Amino acid sequence: MEVLGYICDQCINGLQLGAVYALIALGYTMVYGVLRLINFAHGDIFMLGAFIAYYFIAKLSIPIYFVFVITMVLTGCAGFIIEKVAYKPLRKAPRISLLITAVGVSLFLEYFLSLKAIFTPDYIGFPRPFEVTAYDLGLFSITNVQLLIFAVTGAALTGVYYLVYRTKQGKAMRAVSYDEEVASLMGINIDRTISFTFVVGASLAGVGGILYGIAYPQINVFMGVMPGIKSFIAAVLGGIGIIHGAVLGGFIIGLSEVFVSAFLSSTFRDGVIFIILFVVLLLKPSGIFGKRIEKV
Amino acid sequence: MNFFKESRKFLFLSLLIYVVLKSVFSLGIVSQYIEQITLYAFIVILASLGLNVIYGYTGQFSLGHAAFYGLGAYVSAYLTRVFGIEGVLGFLPAIVVSGVVTGAVGYVIGIPVLKLRDDFLAIATLGLGTLFKVILDNSDKITDILGGSRGFVGIPRITNLELTLSVMVFLILVTRNIIFSRYGLFWRCIKNDELAAVSIGIDTARMKLMAFSFGCALAGVAGALYAHLYTFLHPSNFDILKSIDFLIIVIIGGMGSITGTIYAGLIWVGVIEGLRILLPTDMLDLRWVLIPLFLIILMMWRPYGLITKTSRWGRS
Repeated sequence: MEVLGYICDQCINGLQLGAVYALIALGYTMVYGVLRLINFAHGDIFMLGAFIAYYFIAKLSIPIYFVFVITMVLTGCAGFIIEKVAYKPLRKAPRISLLITAVGVSLFLEYFLSLKAIFTPDYIGFPRPFEVTAYDLGLFSITNVQLLIFAVTGAALTGVYYLVYRTKQGKAMRAVSYDEEVASLMGINIDRTISFTFVVGASLAGVGGILYGIAYPQINVFMGVMPGIKSFIAAVLGGIGIIHGAVLGGFIIGLSEVFVSAFLSSTFRDGVIFIILFVVLLLKPSGIFGKRIEKV
Repeated sequence: MNFFKESRKFLFLSLLIYVVLKSVFSLGIVSQYIEQITLYAFIVILASLGLNVIYGYTGQFSLGHAAFYGLGAYVSAYLTRVFGIEGVLGFLPAIVVSGVVTGAVGYVIGIPVLKLRDDFLAIATLGLGTLFKVILDNSDKITDILGGSRGFVGIPRITNLELTLSVMVFLILVTRNIIFSRYGLFWRCIKNDELAAVSIGIDTARMKLMAFSFGCALAGVAGALYAHLYTFLHPSNFDILKSIDFLIIVIIGGMGSITGTIYAGLIWVGVIEGLRILLPTDMLDLRWVLIPLFLIILMMWRPYGLITKTSRWGRS
């Protein structure tokens, strides 16, 4: 009974982490869909989200629901600016140049914020906007933080699904990801669609940043690196460009990470994730939900 | 001697450089620190040359080059510690072994990984780098000497000017000769158009593997020299930032240019270490703000590399 309860608790923890990964992976998968680019800076937008939320909660003590809105707007702006400044001039350049630029943007955001004059390279505590209370459900317990994370992730997911499959803008995104040239011939504004995708993806990453800060209340300018890469792996695992694939991938990565930490050793955690990546890339590069077997 | 044909100028130049450096070092004009930096620059050139073979000549984008550099460093350091090697004569086989081991590991890893392309190869090699760091962090569970996350200590300082320069010159010549051979031609074919390369009958999988393991072996040799120059290894010395270092050198020097890599390596190490001397300690982190900015601007301005002057030495 004791062991079962422990496993259930770890499951909940894994789902909690997975939900955050899923939020970041959504942005990755959408950007990859329209631009065929691994946006390495996405993990840093996630970090930016946590920092913006920190600032508004700790310094200005603004209510939490308002913080969500502000953070989404600001990280959305950040995504917009990054796309316009760094990626747009390279639309016609080789793809590798774009990738190197993405690495550059990511490093710049990290080290610029870590400057003593701007912020700090040290870990800082993220202020919890409310007390954590655990609800005992017999076999396992669940905290209000976890419930919040599940609720927000669920809402974001529904929103994205509605956006992509029910609205005109979403149709444009799907068209661009299918064939950019033909889409532009059909009168779709490619630049606007790409910008829009970046804004949506970045604001989701921002939300992920707040949730991560509330769940694991220590933030750092380099906190985005590993979650960023793992979320990308989640997107690849589920089938890159596929929305529900990103979410499933996020949960798988979150669960495996928590279980490896709990039952093996936390030092092996990152290694196991990358082994999962290799296995997926080698056996089914199109991911779990990928239909076309595409030689990547 | 076909091997040295057309490279007499280069050999003569290296001899000249050796004489100048040796006299400067032995007269004590420069500090020990500068001496170390100079050797380090040569080592970095060697490792970057490996990445240039993989990325610049063959077009395989690797973000995990530092892992192989680190592997070479750890293999060589382990050998010298276990066998108690202190002199140059014993060190030479250790260098060879670490080069061979790194090349072999690169070969084995390359078989599955090189099937991937562009971004996916990048993310896989990035994963490789992280995986390697995880292994290094846990390496004290394998044997205690490796030190795990505490770092590998007590490596004898064997690397000297003669050794570094001669190894570098020798391997540059080897690389140049391969680049000018049939294989180099195949590599450049694959880089320019892989599909076309397949259609004219090039065994692209084998050629990519060959380039990859050769490039890794160069990084391994460089790592071995590095380990015995600084006498201390730490897993965080071989993380993604180090890989990006090599990548920047290859990009600045121009993809597929040996001379470019040499210049860029010298300039890069000079700038990085120069800033370390010039900038006050609390501003040192500013380097990593300026470097990515430089990288982004470089990519917009010259997506194919900074030094793009055509040279006889195998530009693609």
